[in-house]
Amino acid sequence: MAHTEPRFHVPSPHVRPGDKPDFSHIAIPPAGEAKRPDTAVPGMETQDLALGLVRVLDHNHQAVGEWDPKLDADVLREGLRHMVLTRVYDDRMLKLQRQGKMSFYMKSTGEEAVAVAGAMAMSKDDMVFPSYRQQGILFARGRDIVEMMCHCISNSRDNLKGRQLPVHYTWAEGKFFSISGNLATQLPQAVGYAMACEYRGDGEIAATWIGDGSTAEGDFHGALVLASTYRAPVIVNVVNNQWAISTFQGIAAGEAPTFAYKGLGYGLASLRVDGNDFLAVYAATQWAAKRARDGHGTTVIEHFTYRADAHSTSDDPSGYRPKGENEIWPLGDPVERLKQHLIGLGEWDDERHAALEKELNELVIASYKEAESHGTLHDGPLSPVESIFEDVYAEPDWRLRRQRQDLGV
Amino acid sequence: MAKMNMIQALNSALDNMMERDPDVISFGEDAGYFGGVFRVTANLQTKYGLDRSFDAPINEAAIMGMAIGMAAKGLKPVAEIQFSDYIFPGLDQIVSEMSRIRYRTAGAFTTPVVVRTPCGGGIRGGQTHSMSPEAFFTQVPGVQVVMPSNPYDAKGLLIAAIESPDPVIFFEPKRLYNGPFEGHSGGALASWGNHPKGEVPEGHYSLPIGKAEVVREGSAVTIVAYGTLVLVAQAAAEKAGIDAEVIDLKTLVPYDIETIARSVNKTGRCIVAQEAPRTSGFAAELAAQIQEECFFALEAPIQRVTGWDTPYPHAHEWSYFPGPDRFINAMNTVLEA
Repeated sequence: MAHTEPRFHVPSPHVRPGDKPDFSHIAIPPAGEAKRPDTAVPGMETQDLALGLVRVLDHNHQAVGEWDPKLDADVLREGLRHMVLTRVYDDRMLKLQRQGKMSFYMKSTGEEAVAVAGAMAMSKDDMVFPSYRQQGILFARGRDIVEMMCHCISNSRDNLKGRQLPVHYTWAEGKFFSISGNLATQLPQAVGYAMACEYRGDGEIAATWIGDGSTAEGDFHGALVLASTYRAPVIVNVVNNQWAISTFQGIAAGEAPTFAYKGLGYGLASLRVDGNDFLAVYAATQWAAKRARDGHGTTVIEHFTYRADAHSTSDDPSGYRPKGENEIWPLGDPVERLKQHLIGLGEWDDERHAALEKELNELVIASYKEAESHGTLHDGPLSPVESIFEDVYAEPDWRLRRQRQDLGV
Repeated sequence: MAKMNMIQALNSALDNMMERDPDVISFGEDAGYFGGVFRVTANLQTKYGLDRSFDAPINEAAIMGMAIGMAAKGLKPVAEIQFSDYIFPGLDQIVSEMSRIRYRTAGAFTTPVVVRTPCGGGIRGGQTHSMSPEAFFTQVPGVQVVMPSNPYDAKGLLIAAIESPDPVIFFEPKRLYNGPFEGHSGGALASWGNHPKGEVPEGHYSLPIGKAEVVREGSAVTIVAYGTLVLVAQAAAEKAGIDAEVIDLKTLVPYDIETIARSVNKTGRCIVAQEAPRTSGFAAELAAQIQEECFFALEAPIQRVTGWDTPYPHAHEWSYFPGPDRFINAMNTVLEA
């Protein structure tokens, strides 16, 4: 094929469909190497952490180094349970979407630790402003699975009255803010919320999640300016899963060596973390939460991970990346790594894991059965039609009252 | 009662609300220490402290997003966008977020932010300091849109906006900040001190959002206007000696169709006015709704008095501005029909 040298620089991934999957260009520092500074450290002194990689679980699945959060086995098993549940739920929901039970779905496969460990390391009273691939937070906070499914199939019991695409959850009681399809908008909102926490003095903090691709949005940069200026108690999680739909992370990263490094430009404490390491994510979040709660401001955490499956049910990754990449991702699989860690501690085994998977599979299947009893998008019942005119304003004005009459409901 | 110009009246509204409610906070570009480039937030920082009246970085999207987050926590943020021409970087946060949080969360979260922003021409602001972008926001379900035309209304409506459970885009016609304006360029600046609507109570009061007011009674033709053009329309009717009824809309969303229809059914003739460019302006919405409501009472086609479909020019500002002569021409047209 004719090849023309581009006249300006356009970054490209190392490999494309048809090529052999290859991550040999990614440097993986050994686990335990990163230093854990005091949580009150000036932001600019985190440069090594922004360029390095906080890792706790080593290649033998043992916890090593200063960042080991030294969690009880019960906490580890709870984390494993939430991660397995996230994966089982995602797999089942994908199947159901393929059967036409819902319009759309987004899995978080490979990224379960980012959401679950992040949520577990915070207080349940802390507010979260997630993006669309952190369903693990909901499991970690105990959201009822049937309610989650009722939202996804937009039925009569959808707590959002059928107004949002599937997976765009809201759960006010669980301090889980509304997910937007417009990218990065949650970033300045999280900062504002965190400032309001300070204003109220209630000890609450906020956290938000954004993908690598969306860091190119102005709202990301605006939020970091705000966070830095007002020293807001907020954790900004950048989930670098390598892919923004079909666009590799280099299109958003540009010449920046890491996404965490961008936080340093705003003077913010910035950490780059192995996102497939439950313990590392937990430890980094715990560090950032303490820093925020103690009045030292914002931390940017880049979670270095890999989107193991498609962006959404509307996406086919075989068009832009080699098959099998997820199997050779150098940081492995987050569920398997935590499982092996627990086994190494003598706190878990294959039989118990198989039983857990079976139990959660049955739970998810039973939950769907119950959810479906409240209707589906395809067959109804849905929320009442007249509800489309509700909640636009606190009270509908004359225009909405008339339009409801025009619709005949 | 005190004599106040519109700046003082708006400042008094903020002062009243910040005094009454510790959840009310005010911020924006230059809106803290300095008190805003038009001084609407003057002295609030001294009186209420840095965390209740503060300067924001120059990023309208971030300012809007921050306000939304604060409102989600239960505060009542009043965010200033220094000129409404600068609101566009914040549009995604207003259109896709602020306006829809109640809806997309089925009421679990609400974000009743007040966005204050000076609009309109007549101060030699050129194309980047003169826009009237109100119609954009009337296309956004979930926000209310308000534009007062005098100090008394400005204070009462701003208090109502802060007390509203819904987000409000509050346009302040900056040509009217320091005095009433009848649409003639040049000459001495008039004073609100001699105007009945420059008499403003110092305490708390509010005016209902969604209520228009007949500010000049007449039987020959109805003129529906808002902001600066309310005063221009009144002056034009006086100058031409036409028995025009002038309605000050005050609220664009939700607009007061009852008051408009009552008047048009009485006069049988109607002019709708806006300072913004003509095409797809709010006057077009009004004209469409008025003909639906009042078609059989209308004796003549509804006329629009608007800016031109051009950017707001600097040197030829007064050729753009829909002044009294354009109102008089329109009145003659509908009366002759």
